[in-house]
Amino acid sequence: MTNNEKVLSVDNLVIKFNLRGQELTAIRGASLELYKGESLAIVGESGSGKSVFTKSFMGLLDANGRIESGSIIYKDNDLAKYKTEDDWIKIRGKEIAMVFQDPMTSLNPLKTVGKQVQESIELHQNLQGEEAKKLAVEILNDVGISEPERRYKQYPHEFSGGMRQRVVIAIAVACNPNILICDEPTTALDVTIQAQILQLLKNLQKKYQLTIIYITHDLGVVANVADRIAVMYAGDIIELGLSEEVFFDPKHPYTWALLSSLPQLGIKGEELYSIKGTPPNLFKEIKGDAFAPRNPHALKIDFEKRPPYFEVTPTHKARTWLLDPRAPKVEPPLSIQKMREMEVKRGERLE
Amino acid sequence: MSNKECLLEVKNLRVEFGKGKQKFVAVNDVSFNIYKGETFGLVGESGSGKTTIGRAIIRINPAASGDIIYNGQKISGKIDKELDSQVTRKIQMIFQDPMASLNERAKVDYIVSEGLYNLKNYGSEEGRKKKVEQALLDVGLLPEFASRFPHEFSGGQRQRIGIARVLVMEPELVIADEPISALDVSIRAQVINLLSDLQKKKGLTYLFIAHDLSVVRFISDRIAVIYKGNIVELAESEKLFANPLHPYTKSLLSAIPTPNPNVERNKIIEVYEPKKSHFDYDSNRPKWVEIEPEHYILANDRELEGYKKIMGR
Repeated sequence: MTNNEKVLSVDNLVIKFNLRGQELTAIRGASLELYKGESLAIVGESGSGKSVFTKSFMGLLDANGRIESGSIIYKDNDLAKYKTEDDWIKIRGKEIAMVFQDPMTSLNPLKTVGKQVQESIELHQNLQGEEAKKLAVEILNDVGISEPERRYKQYPHEFSGGMRQRVVIAIAVACNPNILICDEPTTALDVTIQAQILQLLKNLQKKYQLTIIYITHDLGVVANVADRIAVMYAGDIIELGLSEEVFFDPKHPYTWALLSSLPQLGIKGEELYSIKGTPPNLFKEIKGDAFAPRNPHALKIDFEKRPPYFEVTPTHKARTWLLDPRAPKVEPPLSIQKMREMEVKRGERLE
Repeated sequence: MSNKECLLEVKNLRVEFGKGKQKFVAVNDVSFNIYKGETFGLVGESGSGKTTIGRAIIRINPAASGDIIYNGQKISGKIDKELDSQVTRKIQMIFQDPMASLNERAKVDYIVSEGLYNLKNYGSEEGRKKKVEQALLDVGLLPEFASRFPHEFSGGQRQRIGIARVLVMEPELVIADEPISALDVSIRAQVINLLSDLQKKKGLTYLFIAHDLSVVRFISDRIAVIYKGNIVELAESEKLFANPLHPYTKSLLSAIPTPNPNVERNKIIEVYEPKKSHFDYDSNRPKWVEIEPEHYILANDRELEGYKKIMGR
């Protein structure tokens, strides 16, 4: 990453929801900087807040949700202060666009595929009629749909899952956005199709100079696409670093646990590592490190005081007291060490 | 491993949907055996017919031709009532989506007991309660949960309920149809552990249907790869991963995501082009051949020769 131009910077964001008279804190002071042209992956379990976090960049929070404090700076504007739909319309699509998870439900079944792509061109790119149609066909071609002129006139039900996801991506790209948020873009797809879609996104990223945020729980996908990884737990980013740093030198016990539970790292016939307990209740105030109750390495201070970010390298930081110089030295679990060793060996073999 | 006992035999199974012009062959001439106590993995993309095979075994989808033999008895086609209820008890299924596969209006007690009620094989009411309690304990839930409704549980817990309702029948063969695809990464590991734990304790045999190869590799003894209704390759898991022969298996293996950014970025995905690989299938039909002991492949004579050359090296 030679580019250090910030396109988006989120600072200390707190998002709350009102649910049945109770208040739930979904995002607990998360901060993030996004650089131009990069691919950032946000990983975490369901309920960790990764979708809510990114939805807030587009004003797509549900009606019972609100940004309590913090800022989201995009092109010198604070999106956290946006209130009306009129404000958001300037951002949505044109500046920040989203690819949703399930291609089976995110297309309009009553409109032809081409019209749906054209619609977003007409709305966002100041092109009308024939001109817009021409561009729509071109974008359909870009996303790898063969015979785009013929396919333009077809309806979503005539497309397979992978092809529909291409259309969903085409619609997002047709807005000509700066930032593309892909929310679990391949979860609903088969492995072979998944690989194709990821390749497509990478190609489009180059062609349209997109900055992409991937939201996913699949660490294989993350390894494939991400320049940087942000690990979310209980509404906070607990570790952030370059992809290699997070995979080969993870620091937060939650990141260790997440990586260790991958079947790829398990040993056949032995028990697979699994995280004990359940994520914290976000209706209650969380004291200390949110992961502490499930953390076998938890220190006393983990239950009392929330850890700050400790810098590992200029690009890598983690919120865990284990990085405090006063903390006892804790080795990462064996599977993490094994992964690192295997990578070192692989590197030597290549040389 | 020569003294393996065959629990289930599938011979030239064919499953069709629709009639006449609308006819669609979902499973075409598929044969395999499942040995007692093993985990047999069935992988393929959506629409390849893997679930249909599972459903044909538990007699939900009728077999158009071919035989399914369970413990030496034919269970496909018309069978008597007695055998039918035996099959129902001994072969059970775990479903993919725990959010959709539990009756929202029923309490856990009823959900877990439903199979018992249907077969009326629980003796007294007390006996039934005992069985439910034991099944819940076996999957790591508290017996008190019996009086609750599904919506009170998390996804992982709901899948445990789905497993409990299988266990209560004391089955021999469990067909697990994508049992962890709908779950979170951290919960996946728990359910995988639970399944292998139960296998050890109860001597279960699994037919594990999934599209995620890394999970299948971890859990299965043998793996069959299915493509568009045909099983194209079948071998012991590690052998299949070390030495895939069929071009579709190769492409599938090359697409598995690895949790290593350096490997992922340089990965080359092999594309499977049936028309190119199998250009002579019109004149030279493929057969289901045992190319080496316990390694089966769908290939014609020309391809077989090629594969043998590769293996000889």
